[in-house]
Parts: sequence; C-alpha cells; structure tokens
Amino acid sequence: MRYLLYQLRRNPLMLLGLAVLAAVGLAVVLADWAAPYDPERIDLVHRLAAPSAAHWFGTDEVGRDIFSRVLYGGRQSIGVGLFVAGCASMVGAAIGCFSGIVGGRFDGLVMRTMDVVLSVPSLVLIMALAAALGPSLFNAMLAITLVRIPFYVRLARGQTLGIREMAYVQAAWTFGATRRHVVRWHVARNAASPIVVQATLDIGGAILMAAALGFIGLGAQQPTAEWGAMVATGRNFLLDQWWYTVTPGCAILVTALACNLVGDGVRDLLDPKSRAK
Amino acid sequence: MMTPAGTAAPGARPMPGAGAAWAGAGAPGAPVLEVQDVHVRFPLARDWRGRPVVHAHALNGVSLQVRRGEAFGIVGESGCGKSTLAAVLMGLLRPTEGGLRRPPRADGRPADVQIVFQDPQSSLDPRLPAWRVIVEPLVAAGGLKAVGSRGRDGAARRVRPGKAALRARADALARQVGLRPEQLDRYVHEFSGGQRQRIAIARALAPDPDVIVLDEPTSALDVSVQAQILNLLRELRRAHGLTYVLISHNVSVVRHLCDRVAVMYLGQVVEQGPAAQVLESPRHPYTRELLDAVPRLDRPWPEDAPATPAELPGNTVLPQGCFFRGRCPWATTGCDRPQMLLARPDAPLHAYRCHVAGTR
Amino acid sequence: MSVDRTDPVIGRRPGGLLAGALDSGALYNGAPDVGVLGGGTLDSGVADSVGAAEPVLEIRDLSLEFPVFGGAVRALGGVSLRVMPGEIVGVVGESGSGKSVTAMAALRLLPPGGYRVTGGGLRLCGEDVLAASEARMRQWRGRRAAMIFQEPMTALNPTRRIGDQLTGVLRAHHRLGRREALERAGALLRDMMIPDPARTLRAYPFELSGGMRQRVMAAMAFSCDPALLIADEPTTALDVTVQRQVLQLLRHRARERGTAILFITHDMAVVSQFCDRVYVMYAGTVVEQGPTGRVLDAPRHPYTRGLLDGLPERAAPGADLAAIPGRVPDMRRPPAGCVFFDRCAFADEACRQRPALRSLADAESGAGPGIASERRAACWHPLAPELAAQPEEDA
Repeated sequence: MRYLLYQLRRNPLMLLGLAVLAAVGLAVVLADWAAPYDPERIDLVHRLAAPSAAHWFGTDEVGRDIFSRVLYGGRQSIGVGLFVAGCASMVGAAIGCFSGIVGGRFDGLVMRTMDVVLSVPSLVLIMALAAALGPSLFNAMLAITLVRIPFYVRLARGQTLGIREMAYVQAAWTFGATRRHVVRWHVARNAASPIVVQATLDIGGAILMAAALGFIGLGAQQPTAEWGAMVATGRNFLLDQWWYTVTPGCAILVTALACNLVGDGVRDLLDPKSRAK
Repeated sequence: MMTPAGTAAPGARPMPGAGAAWAGAGAPGAPVLEVQDVHVRFPLARDWRGRPVVHAHALNGVSLQVRRGEAFGIVGESGCGKSTLAAVLMGLLRPTEGGLRRPPRADGRPADVQIVFQDPQSSLDPRLPAWRVIVEPLVAAGGLKAVGSRGRDGAARRVRPGKAALRARADALARQVGLRPEQLDRYVHEFSGGQRQRIAIARALAPDPDVIVLDEPTSALDVSVQAQILNLLRELRRAHGLTYVLISHNVSVVRHLCDRVAVMYLGQVVEQGPAAQVLESPRHPYTRELLDAVPRLDRPWPEDAPATPAELPGNTVLPQGCFFRGRCPWATTGCDRPQMLLARPDAPLHAYRCHVAGTR
Repeated sequence: MSVDRTDPVIGRRPGGLLAGALDSGALYNGAPDVGVLGGGTLDSGVADSVGAAEPVLEIRDLSLEFPVFGGAVRALGGVSLRVMPGEIVGVVGESGSGKSVTAMAALRLLPPGGYRVTGGGLRLCGEDVLAASEARMRQWRGRRAAMIFQEPMTALNPTRRIGDQLTGVLRAHHRLGRREALERAGALLRDMMIPDPARTLRAYPFELSGGMRQRVMAAMAFSCDPALLIADEPTTALDVTVQRQVLQLLRHRARERGTAILFITHDMAVVSQFCDRVYVMYAGTVVEQGPTGRVLDAPRHPYTRGLLDGLPERAAPGADLAAIPGRVPDMRRPPAGCVFFDRCAFADEACRQRPALRSLADAESGAGPGIASERRAACWHPLAPELAAQPEEDA
C-alpha cells in the first residue's frame, strides 16, 4: 500500500486519472442522489433548452434533463466497459494460457481460429454480430466481448510461451507437476501483469465501442440513457443545440482518457523491476 | 522437449555383468543413478519435408555411474554438454540413444532425484512467497505426497497435506538451510542471492531425495556467500546421507567438494576418476589445458604474446577421430581414430580418452 | 598531461610514453621484488616518470546515493581511487560493494536523475566529469575512456551486423568514409586476433561465441585509442580458457598503446594474474589498496583476509571453508562506523568510528616513490604482516 502511494507520487498522471475515474464513478453510482431530475421525465415546455442553472447540460428534444441522463447513462456505459474488459480478459487468458501450455496441434487449432477472427476488422464484426443478435445493450456487450477475446488469447499465449521456458517452470516439471498445477501456480501469476494492463485500457475502448454501436442504433434503445445513444440522437441537433451531443461526448472522452492514464500507471506498478530491491 | 520426471527411458540396457552390483540402491557405494552410452541430438534445421538435416550433437556416448553417498563432479566448459547431461539425469530429456537407469531402492521405488539450478533468481517463481516455493515439490504432482519422513516400512503416508502441515515442513526445512522461518512469508525477490540459493536447496530437500543434481550452484554467488553455501552443502550431505552430482566449470569448487570427477569435452567424457588424481595430475591434454587456464593466486601467467583464439569446434559436424585433435599439442598418428576411455593398470580408477597421454 | 593523440594510428605507436619501458622489457618481466604473486608490476624506474604525470582517472572521496522508495541507498561512501597512465588497476569486490557504480560514474553512464552525488569529485584526464555537460561527455566517451561490459550480447546491438556497429563507432569519432572505416574496422579485428575479420564484420552478434564478442567489444573500445579502458567483469561470463586468452590479449594491447585499464571483478585469482595494483571495495568504500602482490600475499584488512581465506583453494580438502559470518549491511541505513563492523572478528569500540584509508606505517609500504607502491587500509587495527602471511600452499 505504501508502495502504491509512492508510485502515485512519482506518476502524477496516474493520480489524475484515478481522481477523475473516482469522481466519475462516484457520480454515476450515486446518480439517484446526484441527479436533479428523473432522467426519463418528459417536459415538452423546456425542450432543447440551453445549459442553465436549472439544467446544467440543457435538455433534449423531449425536455429530459441531459445532466441526469448523462449520470444514469454512465451506469450503462461504464457497466459495459467493465463487463467487456473483465469477461474478455478472463476468458481469453484462460484459453490462451491453457493453449500455450498444451502446445501441439490443439494450440495450432486455437491460434488459427483466433487468427481468423482477428483478420476481420473488429468494428465490422461487432456490428454484424450485434445486428444478428438483435439491437439491445446486452447484445452489444456480448458482441464486443466475443470479438475482444482473441486479443487476450494471443496475449496470454505469448506470455505463457515465455514463462514456460523459465527455470522455475522447468523445476516444477522435475517434481512431477501436473499441467494444471503449473498453469495455476506459475503461469497465471506471471502472465497476469500485461493482461491486467490491457484490460484496464480496454475499459475505455469498450465504452467507445458501445458508444459507436449506440451511434448506429445497435446499442441501447430509447428511452434508456446511454452516452453513445445520446451522442447519436444529438447529431440531428448539432448545429443549434450543440450541448446535446457534446456533453455526453465529453463524458466519454474524459472517462476513456482517465482509464488510459490509470492503465499506464498500472503497468508501472506491476512491473517488478521498478520496485526497489 | 520436456517430459515430466519419469523412470528410465525405453531401450535402457542393463549393464553387462550387473547382477551382483544391483543388489539394491540402498547399500552405500551401490549405484544410485546411471547413464549408459547416452547420445543426445537436437534437430537444428529441417528439409522441406520436415526431416531434420542438421543436428546439434550435445552428448556423444556418455556413460557414468553415480554411487550412493558420493559427490560426483562434472567439469567442462560451455558447449561440452554438461547441462544437457543434467537434463538427462533429471529425466527432463529423453536421450536419442542410450538410457538412464534409476535402480530401485529397498522399498521398491525409483531413486528420487532433485535439482538445484544455477540461477537462484530465475529458478524460483518471483510471485510466490518463499514457503510455497519450498514445499512446491510436495504438492505439484497432484497433492498426494507424503509430508515428513517416509515410514520405516517404506510406505509413504498418503495424506493430502493441509496448509498448516506444509508450512510446518517449510519451517523445518528452512532451519536446516540456515534461514529463519519468520521470513518465509516474504517474496523471493526480497531475499539476497545467497538466501535464494538456500531456498532452492530447501526446495530440493523437501521430498527427501536420494540424489541432488547441483547445476553450477555457486556460480551466480559472491565469493563469501559461496563459502557459506558450500559449507551448507557439505553439512547437509553428512546429515542426510545425500548423493550429489555437481556440475560446474569452477574447478576449485569441484576439487573441494567432490570425491570423483568426470571432465567433459564436446559431449564426451575425456577423463574420469578420483577428484584428487584427476585435478592434481591430469592426464588428458584437454584437462591439462583447462586446469592450466584456471587462474590461481600462486601461479602467474607467463607474459606470452596473445594467441589466436582456440575455441570449441561446433557440434553440428563432429570431428573424425579424437574430438580434441584440432587443439591438441600432442596430436600425432593414431589420433584420427576414435579414442576409448581407458584406465591404465597402475591406476585402475583413473580413466582417460587419449592413447598418447598414456605414454607421457 | 595528455599523450599525443591527434591522429590515432591503429595499432603501432612508435615513441610515446612507455616505449622506453617496452624496450627495456621491465614491464613484461614484472618487478622481482613482489614475492610469489602478481604478474607485471610497474618497475620502480618507470614509476618515477609516471608518478609525475597526471592520473588518467582520479576519484576523490566520492559519495553517491540512489533515491528509492523509503529513502536512499548509499552506493558509494567516500571512495578515492587513482589510475595513472599505462597501468592496470583492479577493483575487487562483491555485489553491493560499489565497484560497478564506480565504473559507470567515471563515464557518467548512470541514469541521470536516478542518482545523487553527495560529496567528492571525479576527474577524467584532469577534467571534472560531474560538472561537464552531456555534449562534452559524449566527446570524451570513446576518446578519453572506453568501456567493456560483462555481457557482450547486451552491449552489442543484436539486430545490426558487427561491421555496421564498428564503423558506426569509428565514424562517430573520426571523419572517415565508409570504405576507410571498414578497412580500419578489419584492421582492428585483426589486432584482436580474430581469425577471418571479413566474415566477422558481416556477421551478427548472435553468430559469434562469447569470447569473440568480447574481442569485438575490445576492438570497439580500442578503436578511438582511449587513455583509459574500463572493463566491468569482462570475462566473468566466459570459459576459463577463453578468459585467459582474452585477458592476455587485453593486457598486451594496452601495454602496446599505453592505455590504462581499470579492471572490475570479483575474482581475486584473476586480479592476481592481471593487475598491477588493486583496490578492495566493500559496501561502497575502499577498504584496502596496494600493489597486487602485496595485498594478496599479506592482506591487512580483515575483509580482504576473509575473502582470501574463503576461497576453496585455500581450504584443506574435507574441511569447511572459512566463511565470513553475516551479510553485507543494508545500505539504506549505512553503518555509522566501520562498514565491516558487524562481521569483523577483531572489531572493538574504536571501530564505531569510521576509519579513513590510511597508509600503513611499516617496512612494507613506502618501498618506492609514487602510487605504485602505496599501501593503505581503512582499519583501526590492520592485521600485522606476520600474522596475515598465508600458510604454505600444499604442493
């Protein structure tokens, strides 16, 4: 813990990222209290109002308060980010580690499958999957996760191939270790670092991807608030009511950026070489 | 090319006339580990059909017998095949030809061989606490291993060891190697080099082995730490009746610790015998060159003009006849035939692979 | 003082500082008064003329620390060291002794911002290293002093051919065309006794053996005729037979060109073969210094004595080695008194005060003028020469 504080002092950007994430996270979690209005409350009298003291981010085309919608929408978007990063990394790492240890034809088969998936541009594949599954936020999440898994498989397998050659793994073979033992006790721990870092960075990426899907109508459906969907709808009003698109857009920007900063910092944190001996 | 530790490779031939000698590997002096005419080749390049065309010949006919209770040293420079030999002895590598024998002990199980690696930094998992590293051999093979000493009837106590039992065993082992049990919760990288090597030794002791293969155990350590570790190794051998196979390029360490020694060059044993004899009065020209080059405090190097480097010939194409012929100051007719490892009648335990050395 | 180095001609240097010594053969035969140890001590005749010269490297009371999590690690605590032109000086120590830090500091190769100098000074060929700008350091590195590292694979770029790397160094320091640089590179490799230099120039580092790579490193180091060559454990990773060849080569070439060598190692036996003078370091301080033969024959500091006694060749077969008890102190909290206090069998109350590196006042020291015979130890109770004399070696 003290080491964490020391690293934060040395890395002010990571501190900034963490602070921003904490603020955003807090606001989103406490949306019930922080939001001044019900996000779905329609008020046609004040539709498309500019930002003001009453409506900090203005209102949308049916008079819903955008600030409240941004707060509640954060739940959806950040939820997507966490789900995708968490699931894809765990599933992908498991497949990759196992494949790396087993080797041989199984490994070859797995990797060729992953290569095929990776060769298709991810946005196109995600869109196709999401469209096939049906437009909803959950399906969007699933589509993004499935398409992200091969990255983690490749990453984990690469790490495993390196760890497999380390002397402590060879030592484990000499005492008759089973493959399961080696993966559980040696590979998982030592491969974790770059996977965790990648997952942190992916949170921001997943939010952006969900936003992109929402932009084309495959993600969250109305009246659910979600940042991407809001940006999409706000397109129609961009010239005169800029706040409709810009405010959720800024939310996406800030969150993704903060995730990236934290991800970079986590990489330094987990690198054992940077520790004092 | 790694297989989990196992018994002798298929194709092992019993040593001719071995009947009486294999009365059981329990008796002191009886062979406890043996390799017979082992050849190991690694494919380096393959043709378009996948058949290997170029090989690295790591071991070219090595036969050794390690006896219970002794410390057997293997000396050689890089490329001589000693690390490959260590892998074969551990059962990590199946020889291309020849076999590994582990004569069974009194209780019928094959001798247990453990290994201590050269680099204590990379041979211990940096993300495990020290006590887990020490007891890993007891849990690695699926959990059903005896914790503590084997019963007198030889049957292992088949208990799945709980965490407390494992920790207790780790503490006991730590004390034996000179570590404090309180420190075992720390991670490996928080220990010094000498302490890490002690952890590695404790790990090797955990399953109560018969033989410990030590692959350059002190090469990565400071001189003063080396002295402590060598003393520890000697003491453990006395206390547990262990057999050591010490692989090293450091001749003084081998001279200090070992009873018998074999000198390797290009995958062959070129000289073998009691350590005092081989290292004080070497017969084979390579052994002489090697011992001559070892810097010693009391023997200055002559101020010769520097010579062109004489380095190991590659092991992809083995030389004809004697492998050392290209570098040997005594090369003469007869050296173009493969040399046999022979002892002279006046020193039957000291064998060397050179027909010329016998006459000098 | 600077030896004329305007246009370094590779290899032969007619005239020059040590030509006289070369002719007389004094250097090659070693001084006869050294005792059984040591090869190649500067003859006192040469020492006179050399002693008047400026040291190639002078470190005066240098203290250096590395800030880390929770404080700072004191890497050097008042180290004083001198290398005169043309001599081979060894620095012996174990890990944590500060020997590598000293070498890196001499060329200011430590990561900037990663360390703090807390005292003392460092001069290379008479000019202050610590205060120099990075541009000047770049000029000096290679021309005034060059370095050979332990692990040649990491010192050579594995993705570039040897020829490219060698010519790169040459062209960075001299104005040479490509073909000329290539010719010089080939000549350098021949100088280092590398068979078939043309093939080596076209090869990548991984195609060469360890010994070959070290020769290439040496060629690069000598390429700009530096006054000082710093070798940080250059042969530790090599086989014994290769080590001997490489060291003999280095010594021969250095004597030829008048290059001084600062040789860092942990191996006492190599030092006894290779170095004229030696400094023994422990926990960031110099604890003993003097001509190699005298230091290793009759060590005065308990640590040096302990190191020598712990060598396997000093123990009777079958007996335990005489190990120094304890461990190196934690340099985050460096001891206030003598650094060897915790582990010394002879420590007493006086040793709670830090001893300075003082001349040993007895018949042994002062046998000749100048630094060549300087004999010092940092100890309040240096071992008496009679007591410290080693037992007779077994035949």
